[in-house]
Amino acid sequence: MHGHSTFEPKNGFVKWLEARLPILSFSHESFVAYPTPKNLNYWWTFGAILSFMLVAQIVTGVVLAMHYTAESTMAFDAVEKIMRDVNWGWMLRYAHSNGASMFFFAVYIHMFRGIYYGSYKAPREVLWILGVIIFLLMMATGFMGYVLPWGQMSFWGATVITNLFSAIPFVGDQITVWLWGGYSVGNPTLNRFYALHYLLPFVIAAVVGLHVWALHVVGQGNPDGVEIKDIKKDSVPFTPHATMKDAFGIAVFLLIFAWLIFFVPNYLGDADNYIPANPMKTPAHIVPEWYFLPFYAILRSIPNKLAGVIAMFAAIALLAFLPWLDTSKVRSGKYRPLFKIFFWIFAATSIGLGYLGAMPPEGGYVLAARILGVMYFAFFLVILPVLGLVEKTKPVPATIADAVLAKH
Amino acid sequence: MAAVGAAAVVWPLINQMSPDASTLAMASTEVDIGSIPVGQIVTIKWRGKPVFISHRSPKEIEEAQNVDLATLKDPQPDSARVKKPEWLIVIGVCTHLGCIPLGHQGEYNGWFCPCHGSVYDTSGRIRKGPAPLNLVVPEYSFLTDTKVKIG
Repeated sequence: MHGHSTFEPKNGFVKWLEARLPILSFSHESFVAYPTPKNLNYWWTFGAILSFMLVAQIVTGVVLAMHYTAESTMAFDAVEKIMRDVNWGWMLRYAHSNGASMFFFAVYIHMFRGIYYGSYKAPREVLWILGVIIFLLMMATGFMGYVLPWGQMSFWGATVITNLFSAIPFVGDQITVWLWGGYSVGNPTLNRFYALHYLLPFVIAAVVGLHVWALHVVGQGNPDGVEIKDIKKDSVPFTPHATMKDAFGIAVFLLIFAWLIFFVPNYLGDADNYIPANPMKTPAHIVPEWYFLPFYAILRSIPNKLAGVIAMFAAIALLAFLPWLDTSKVRSGKYRPLFKIFFWIFAATSIGLGYLGAMPPEGGYVLAARILGVMYFAFFLVILPVLGLVEKTKPVPATIADAVLAKH
Repeated sequence: MAAVGAAAVVWPLINQMSPDASTLAMASTEVDIGSIPVGQIVTIKWRGKPVFISHRSPKEIEEAQNVDLATLKDPQPDSARVKKPEWLIVIGVCTHLGCIPLGHQGEYNGWFCPCHGSVYDTSGRIRKGPAPLNLVVPEYSFLTDTKVKIG
């Protein structure tokens, strides 16, 4: 998209570099002159917050790796050594473990924002699907990272999740043995998880590159869901407007992050993970990290192993099909009165599933999880396709400028 | 040809993840069961996994034998799961997602898996919950009346 200004090098070295690698003009186009819709709200700062979190996780992760040992008899002690002996180790580890939570918190807001404002609709399908891929990679990375401290929850979380693959008909058992490198989760498993936990963040960074590339081809969506028509009237340059707003969003986000690190660093963790892994004893109540709970609740609510596993993966995979499941011509939820109601029911359903995922798998909790599980799938498979056909939408403004001026 | 070449290159990269020679070489385990009193379950470690050795009481044996097989999810008579009725030997790994069930718990007084609520009876058969199969009976033999070799 054509920007607000063009990059004109005056300095001799810059001109020399430009003729050989136009990286400065590319950065100028992408992060300075890039047209940003005028009507963006603070929900749009989570892209920058997520980029910040990815960098923060890689930086803290790389330094933690300098002190960690991926060996099943030494891993737990290595983490305790980081906590007690390594200079600033406690802070770096708390920043990294709470960073994972903050990363997921931000990505869930980013995703709900995308759903509310129909950000996945044409021409942003590929942009959205790349986002779903990033989410999957984040889940894999987060899961493997949680295994590394080799506490009871690490070990049993790894056992439960790797056993999901044993549900595959015929070859399931062989696949799990292959994943473990043994007959149960053990040292080979820890070693390969460490290798992959170090690798995947860089894969995420690469897919984020594609995600931003796709974003810059189709342009940003916005709360009114109408495209930029006149750059001067409908948009402002990325710098300073979006840059400053994103910086403020990150600062507020960092306040919460810092509160977690310095005041309640173990609030989101599980006390059982401070007990070294014991393959002979399952903790009374296995719970994954909070960010996996809704999917875990769906898994547990189905009394058939294969069906439970399929439902859990389907709950995530369905997101990729949103662009085609949502049949409404109107992009933004702002102009869809019925969709708005169902969106909030969906949000409450997701949070409810998260709560149930943390509860023991018995009695009323299982029944409630089944009801909410059906509601979760119904949102994608029934509500969204039907709503587009029957809903009477409100009039959509012709341009972003009209939408902004109508408010004043 | 190219496909064969590609497969030959990829296979070592995939197969390296399978259990290595030292893991495969892990021997079988011999257990002295003479000291296990009636009604007690002992857990031993075999191939990194727990194995339950249950010295069943007459009541437990009766409960295991008097079951209508048609009501079972994974129908198997108790006699097919034991070599001697008083000794039940099963791998202590829940067939749902691999947790270790707790002994003498659950409605059938067999095992209860705390992870996702699977309930097993005194024969280690699945009776309730998400697990699809009975607890697995490993290969074992009685060397003497009080000695068992597992594996």
